[in-house]
Amino acid sequence: MERGEMDPAITVEGLTRRFGSLTAVDAVSFTVDRGELFALLGPNGAGKTTIINMLITLLSPSSGTARVAGFDVVREKDAVRRHIGIVFQEPALDKDLTGKENLDFHGMMYGIPRAERARRIAGVLELVELTEKADVLVQNYSGGMKRRLEIARGLIHHPSVLFLDEPTLGLDAQTRRRIWEYIRRMNREEGVTIILTTHYMEEADYLSGRVAIIDRGKIVAMGTPHGLKDILGGDVVTLELDGDAGAFLTLLVGIPWVKGAKEHDGEVSVTVEMGERRVPDLVALALGQGITVRSVLLRKPSLEDVFLHYTGRTIREREVTANESRKELITRRMLR
Amino acid sequence: MIDGIAIYVLWLREMTRFLRAKSRVIGTLGMPLFFMVFLGFGFSRAQVPNLPPGVSYIEYLVPGIIGMTLLFSSTFSGISVLWDREFGFLKEIMVAPVSRVSIVLGRIAGGATTALLQGAAILLLSVLLGFSLPGIAGLLGAILFMLLVSVTFISLGLVFASNMKDIHGFNLITNFVVFPLFLLSGALFPLENLPPAVQAFAYVNPLTYGVDGLRGTLLGVSAFPVPLDLAVLLLSSLVMIALGSFFFERCQC
Repeated sequence: MERGEMDPAITVEGLTRRFGSLTAVDAVSFTVDRGELFALLGPNGAGKTTIINMLITLLSPSSGTARVAGFDVVREKDAVRRHIGIVFQEPALDKDLTGKENLDFHGMMYGIPRAERARRIAGVLELVELTEKADVLVQNYSGGMKRRLEIARGLIHHPSVLFLDEPTLGLDAQTRRRIWEYIRRMNREEGVTIILTTHYMEEADYLSGRVAIIDRGKIVAMGTPHGLKDILGGDVVTLELDGDAGAFLTLLVGIPWVKGAKEHDGEVSVTVEMGERRVPDLVALALGQGITVRSVLLRKPSLEDVFLHYTGRTIREREVTANESRKELITRRMLR
Repeated sequence: MIDGIAIYVLWLREMTRFLRAKSRVIGTLGMPLFFMVFLGFGFSRAQVPNLPPGVSYIEYLVPGIIGMTLLFSSTFSGISVLWDREFGFLKEIMVAPVSRVSIVLGRIAGGATTALLQGAAILLLSVLLGFSLPGIAGLLGAILFMLLVSVTFISLGLVFASNMKDIHGFNLITNFVVFPLFLLSGALFPLENLPPAVQAFAYVNPLTYGVDGLRGTLLGVSAFPVPLDLAVLLLSSLVMIALGSFFFERCQC
């Protein structure tokens, strides 16, 4: 048995990457077992792609270590490269070649003999339903077709670990569904370990066996989607209030059926069990204090709520602030 | 360390693209062809000082224009790594389990073949303008010089590409590196006609020795001994491959 086959698929310890004064990835540690489907969930700019780039040997870590398929990503780059497949966030295809030529060149680069190559290419093309478009130039492919071709390419050399960086970014709902199905099938039928990054909650929830939630370069929570949601202790009732939200929060303290409460942007999110029964109670409480309830939203918890629980913000809010600070930085540069 | 299959794959990719992009092939041949035709006819009756005795201006010009074709084609082929980076394909190459040196050599192999084909096309077209081809030994020698010139300048293009963030610096390089290299190579006129201070730049320009070597092999007339031209180009090829590989490996692109 090859040495790589006994180790976990990925072991990361204290992985850190700095760009100047910015720490993009801050002492991240985690382990992914063979055959797992593992997701890194977090807003844009959280450091997910930077982690992936270090794991696939494109970027060297500032400190910390990482092993992929049993090989060190700094000292054994070639061995790591032989054992991984990658689907990049942005397309990495040669548009002047046909789909089949792209696959063929990839297979040759990985040293697969001609007959075997032809067999595998036919197989992966069928898997992603591109057999009929195989001889069309990639520049004439749609976004979804390019993605599928890249997934096919990532599989030709039978990698033991497949990296998918935002695999459904910018795709329509229908294509996204199909790609999710391919990903699941590869994981279940081929036994490929898959590590994917996403900022779509439902994607991480639907696909992954385990999720690591990343915010500002750090892992803030890790576990199964179910387990993470259980931490929240029940359903989330969000009340939009006309009045003193702070006063309403103090009112909730000490009520035994309230598992947790948070205020953000004038809304109060209350965690309770069996939310549908508690909505009238919460509205009555507010009215008793002279606070008007404008709207009530009851949700079964999602990974979004887990993110909110750990960071105090929603993923979308985090992305907006990230964009603002970027804009601010640009403005400051222009003023200088 | 050096992976023959990877070099072949990258070469094959370059050939496939080259044969498919017919308009680009014709486009790159256009400029040197116009230079050859219009300068050749325009100056055919002019007295260009210091021409070797018994050599007409068009004969003097043809090896220079071949050098020009190789210079432009090769430098741009090296820099075209930037386009691969821009369109994302470079990442696919960079994560493949092959040594970085093989990637550099693969690009050189592809770019050199393209440049050689273009140089040969110019040579054949020059026959229509009255240029007479030398014997087989002269032709083989000329091909060797064409190859070494290509290798040198593809590697130079790689050095630039590895140190550039995006394709915006491309025009800067064309205007302030590629054109001066061309004009200071003796491709259009004998270097003795330049002021001595400027001549010094020409003598450190590898293309000077490439053009001179091409004249030596194609016309049998050269300013330096042909073995010296060959030695200088061999050296510049090796140094530039080393520099190209060094910078390409260093940049995390």
